[in-house]
Amino acid sequence: MRVLAAMSGGVDSAVAAARAVEAGHDVVGVHLALAEVSGHSVRDRGKGCCTPDDARDAGRVADVLGIPFYVWDLAAQFRAEVVDDFVAEYAAGRTPNPCLRCNESIKFAAVLDRALGLGFDAVCTGHYARLVDGPSGRELHRAVDPDKDQSYVLGVLDADQLAHSLFPLGDSVKSEVRAEAAARGLIVAAKPDSHDICFIPDGDTAGFLRSRLGERPGEVVDTSGAVLGSHSGAYGFTVGQRKGLRIGTPAPDGRPRYVLDVSVVDNRVTVGPAEALDVLGLSGDHPRWCGAPTLGSFECLVQVRAHGDPVPADVTAIDSGLQIALREPVRGVAPGQAAVLYAGTRVLGSATITATV
Amino acid sequence: MTYLDHAATTPMLPEALAAMTAELGRVGNPSSLHGSGRQARRVVEESRETVAAALGCRPGEVVFTGGGTEADNLALKGLYWARSREDAARRRILISAVEHHAVLDPAAWLAQEQGAVLEVLPVDSHGRLRPETLRAAIEADPASVALVSVMWANNEVGTVQPIAELSAVAREFDVPLHSDAVQAVGTLPVDFAASGLSALSLTGHKLGGPLGVGALVLVRGMVPTPLLHGGGQERDVHSGTLDTPAIAGLAAAIEAAVRNRDAHSAMLLDLREGLVAGVLAAVPDAQYNGDPVDRLPGIAHFSFPGCEGDSLLMLLDARGIECSTGSACSAGVARPSHVLLAMGHDEASARSSLRFSLGHTSTGADVAALLEALPPVVERAQRAGEIAAARHKPRIRLG
Repeated sequence: MRVLAAMSGGVDSAVAAARAVEAGHDVVGVHLALAEVSGHSVRDRGKGCCTPDDARDAGRVADVLGIPFYVWDLAAQFRAEVVDDFVAEYAAGRTPNPCLRCNESIKFAAVLDRALGLGFDAVCTGHYARLVDGPSGRELHRAVDPDKDQSYVLGVLDADQLAHSLFPLGDSVKSEVRAEAAARGLIVAAKPDSHDICFIPDGDTAGFLRSRLGERPGEVVDTSGAVLGSHSGAYGFTVGQRKGLRIGTPAPDGRPRYVLDVSVVDNRVTVGPAEALDVLGLSGDHPRWCGAPTLGSFECLVQVRAHGDPVPADVTAIDSGLQIALREPVRGVAPGQAAVLYAGTRVLGSATITATV
Repeated sequence: MTYLDHAATTPMLPEALAAMTAELGRVGNPSSLHGSGRQARRVVEESRETVAAALGCRPGEVVFTGGGTEADNLALKGLYWARSREDAARRRILISAVEHHAVLDPAAWLAQEQGAVLEVLPVDSHGRLRPETLRAAIEADPASVALVSVMWANNEVGTVQPIAELSAVAREFDVPLHSDAVQAVGTLPVDFAASGLSALSLTGHKLGGPLGVGALVLVRGMVPTPLLHGGGQERDVHSGTLDTPAIAGLAAAIEAAVRNRDAHSAMLLDLREGLVAGVLAAVPDAQYNGDPVDRLPGIAHFSFPGCEGDSLLMLLDARGIECSTGSACSAGVARPSHVLLAMGHDEASARSSLRFSLGHTSTGADVAALLEALPPVVERAQRAGEIAAARHKPRIRLG
């Protein structure tokens, strides 16, 4: 197969590319330049160069693997489809997952389309997930490493996208991947994992949103409507958040309080006790199926955040959305997050959470 | 492998390789006073005389540098500093819009950090700076011009600038004109004294010499403020131990390149005409860029409508054809070329281009290999472009 290996400059995508080469594929490495740095006076030099260090690391790995290597500038698309969407979602009081969005609209859409157009058969990434060719087509499954499993953020890929994907790391644990990178002499073997949102490298999401959306002072209230404090923008809060509420007076029972609701319409943040976060019902729209759609009513497991535990649920699916009745309560579910459906280790599909009960 | 990227760098000429390797085994710092030093100094000074003879300048006007970028930086920064210190009113730097980044970026830096006023002069659709454009810019306030810099020939599209006419305008107002002649020396007649230039940059590896060595030719009396301070080599203008082997290689390359220039240029022109005719026949909607007549013999530059230049490059690379999109930043992200934008191309057109450049090792077989590989590559790149465009439908958000 002709394989386009997306190489971030990190250890995972490096080893994924190496394994694709070893499997006998004809591999070309591509680094996706996604970040926009403020421009240069005469020459727009910064724009499009992701972090030049990451691009250089990816290029060094490609050279060691003996594969061609190019940098594709997707900064404008990434800004429009991921960063602006992220800001708009927060501004609307929802909590988006930008990695999922990037997989859906950049890596397995813009990049895959271009790769297929240029004659490649598949895009290879360093995601921890497994592809299994089942009786009714290709299936997406959890990785064997439970700590690294990234099937959640891939729950937006359809059958066609999965048919043109390659995830060589799904059967490995992270320590093996690092050891393999070292054994192959790849300079990124000891490079730290990235955890933050890539376009907010300092991890200060609230500060990033404030810089994009400005200050919008409002009230923090309890479930009775009593004003407990103030905030500088409801968009900076996420359902389930405990820290940074800046409430002077403790709750009457002395127990910690959490964000229960973020209302952008009246710019109000409602807080309350942990048990009020318990959710048993979810509605979702924008359903995506990792294979044939599973319509009707069925039992499955539902996971509502990237590193959350799956819980058993009864799901009713129609073309336009999902109704999910959880068999045990889940805490802190925010609209905008994805509900990903699993049958055992297999990912059935996902939907964007619109409402909780 | 078909190498069509000689404007990026070209193989060393046998004469240069021989001259350089002969020196690599010898010891001697040209600044030392003993016999070994004197031997090295003799090589350096004979090289300087060889370079001067080939370029029509005096040996004392040649300053060896670590390459073209360093020569350009020394010209731009060094002359700006020297000229503005003599007269604080001299703040304006005039450059053409199609300069190499080795000129553009130091000029922009001087404007950003050193109080210079940068004026980027527009070019016509062939990439030529018209003498009347330069005249109007200087005339606006001649006393405030620190320097003018206009390249001899463009590295992307190959257009040759009317240096003699531009130089006459600059001289009329008594302002120094520097020219980056990195692409010109070896294929075009370059006579420094006859050109009337105040300064000229060249580099070894574009004309069959070694990498990492070049020269700035400075007319007598034109003394830039140095970028490098130290041992005072090169008349205090460029400190640092002289690289005898590289300088010997550079001199041998220039001597050979200039001696064989007419035959070499005729050979390149013949190959280029075949290449251009073949490309236009194979891809009828391709656009041939640059001045149709006044251009470097070895450069052919095209826009391929509907294609991404870096898709074309990748697909050709996979077939063993090596060329360039003409512009890349250090991280390898292709930006639309400022040269093409200045010539009036839109961004899509500027992104759709490729440069094929020929050199002394090029043959008809190279051109034939390109012409065989190109049609399917263009077809595929066009299809990839159509798929990408089709995908850009508005996304529907539910809820």
